[in-house]
Amino acid sequence: MRRLRPSLWLFLLATSGAVAAEHRFPPPEFEAGHKLPITTTPEARALAWQYVDLAVLLGALGLALWLIYRRRSRRGVMWLSIFSLGYFGFYRNGCICAIGTIQNLALGIFDRSYALPLTVLGFFLAPLVVALFGGRAFCAAVCPHGALQDLVLVKPVKVPGWLEHSLGLVPFLFLGAGAAFAATGSAFIICRYDPFVPLFRLSGSMSLIGLGAAFVLVGLFVGRPYCRFLCPYGALLRLAGLVSKWRVRVTPDYCTQCKLCEHACPYGAMREPVAAPTHPEPPARQRRRLAWLLLVLPLAVGGGALVGRQLAPLAARMHPTVALAELYTEHLSSPKKFPPMTPEALSLERAEADPKALLAAAADLRGRFGIASTWFGAWVGLVIVIKLIALSLRPARTDYEPDRGACVACARCFESCPNERVRRGLLPPEALPPRPLPAAPVAMKKA
Amino acid sequence: MNPGPTTPAFSRRQFLRDGLRLSAVAGAAGLAGAMAGRTQAQTTVWQIDPAKCVRCGNCATKCVLEQSAVKCVHAFDICGYCQLCTGYFEPEPNELTTAAENQQCPTAAIKRTFVEDPYYEYEIDENLCIGCAKCVEGCTRFGNGSLYLQIRHDRCLNCNECAIARTCPGDAFRRVPVTHPYLLKTDTH
Repeated sequence: MRRLRPSLWLFLLATSGAVAAEHRFPPPEFEAGHKLPITTTPEARALAWQYVDLAVLLGALGLALWLIYRRRSRRGVMWLSIFSLGYFGFYRNGCICAIGTIQNLALGIFDRSYALPLTVLGFFLAPLVVALFGGRAFCAAVCPHGALQDLVLVKPVKVPGWLEHSLGLVPFLFLGAGAAFAATGSAFIICRYDPFVPLFRLSGSMSLIGLGAAFVLVGLFVGRPYCRFLCPYGALLRLAGLVSKWRVRVTPDYCTQCKLCEHACPYGAMREPVAAPTHPEPPARQRRRLAWLLLVLPLAVGGGALVGRQLAPLAARMHPTVALAELYTEHLSSPKKFPPMTPEALSLERAEADPKALLAAAADLRGRFGIASTWFGAWVGLVIVIKLIALSLRPARTDYEPDRGACVACARCFESCPNERVRRGLLPPEALPPRPLPAAPVAMKKA
Repeated sequence: MNPGPTTPAFSRRQFLRDGLRLSAVAGAAGLAGAMAGRTQAQTTVWQIDPAKCVRCGNCATKCVLEQSAVKCVHAFDICGYCQLCTGYFEPEPNELTTAAENQQCPTAAIKRTFVEDPYYEYEIDENLCIGCAKCVEGCTRFGNGSLYLQIRHDRCLNCNECAIARTCPGDAFRRVPVTHPYLLKTDTH
């Protein structure tokens, strides 16, 4: 082919069909022995690096535990946060992260062909096991999301209790939704709507970067808004923290009831002593309330499951195959016109090529969504009622202490405690108020 | 006479906590055991199947990276080395020169060099290529189909959920073993 005339080209344009018949022209016969270049195939990041990531994670977790429990050092925790933000955040682009591994695991459980790399399993399990023994050390200084929010906090304001408790449900719902979408193999919504990863990558869609910026802005005044009110992995770690073996203790000796630690905690995790009520509620009423809630529990779970089932068709549209099948059926009833070569026109073309397979795949997916969103609905009911039960329980506390679940072990409260300052030699022991008298036994006994 | 922190040395609460922790650890161990076999499976990466690619242009815009990880690659052994390359030139170009108005490529990422009469070689400059598939469309529709799109793994972040795959109208994206990360076109002359 020496010189293809425009007229010939026009002829080709007219005759070439949608099906690409390639290899139209013979390969060249070079006289001077020209050597063909080779198509390059750059390799992916070497697999060995994933073990480095895992080792860094384990090392950082160990260091965090040591800094929190042995050194009790806020400065150390902060420096470790800066390292984690640099390594897991800006160097590794916030990917690989423990938050997203929930979805890999959910998909891995339901799709036996899905490969689950060792790093993913390690990133899911290691912080969780650590939290079962030593609280949320991962949140404190290893998670880049937490580190970023911890470092930008300038003037923490107290979130009112009702707001804290209701927004605190969101992470559990997000956890359920993320697992449900991943288990159906349709979407990784936890990754897709992650507000900070676009900031770490310094690229992404405007809306996501805006979301990240909004979280950072809110985070200037509200401590760790993502961790407290959205993070699904934080929800898991919160549960693990509730049953952890060791916990963060503010005072090394006794509580002076000075309230300084409560002011030092920017995350609303400090709980004040609960005095014995002057007019204790009769135990019968408490029992009746608990019985009611326990009765409501199966109803809420069942009701949630029913509502979830109704929402399944809506959720199924998240899957591109289902979305295309719906577009196709709509197109059949009222033909749609898209400009040629646009993604919509091309996907419709694919649907028309083999509508049977597409509709069958969509029907199969809708069935899976039916199951997944029923479970999700039941989960929502369960979470809400368990929250109500937890709110109805009367805690027994004589001292200021961090809530096991809410405390992210940032180590800010240690320095605020007068007893800790005495231990460090910053305050003479005489400056301390005397030990408080033991509380009346009535306050200690449980009904 | 210092009262215990909150509760006596061993309370019902603590018993419950210990039990729950133990079962959680057992659960984690069980999960690790059940999934351990799966970690042996081949790690996978995303790739475009050139046979299914419909050249819609999403690859240039939907990638989470500012500069898409999808680039045009050239199978030199399939290329006809045409003087009038339908991947390189606009339909009905003014003249067959490298002037910008004659080129399909919006970023002039294809380098055209004379080899010998009548053959020209076309090479992709990956730093300029945005993965828009305009040249791929020209080459596939009217030529040998030697230009095609591939995910370049030195750039790809291997997201859990590939943002382009989600919107690919040809359903051309799939996960492939990391040991064979490219779906290359080869010579079938």
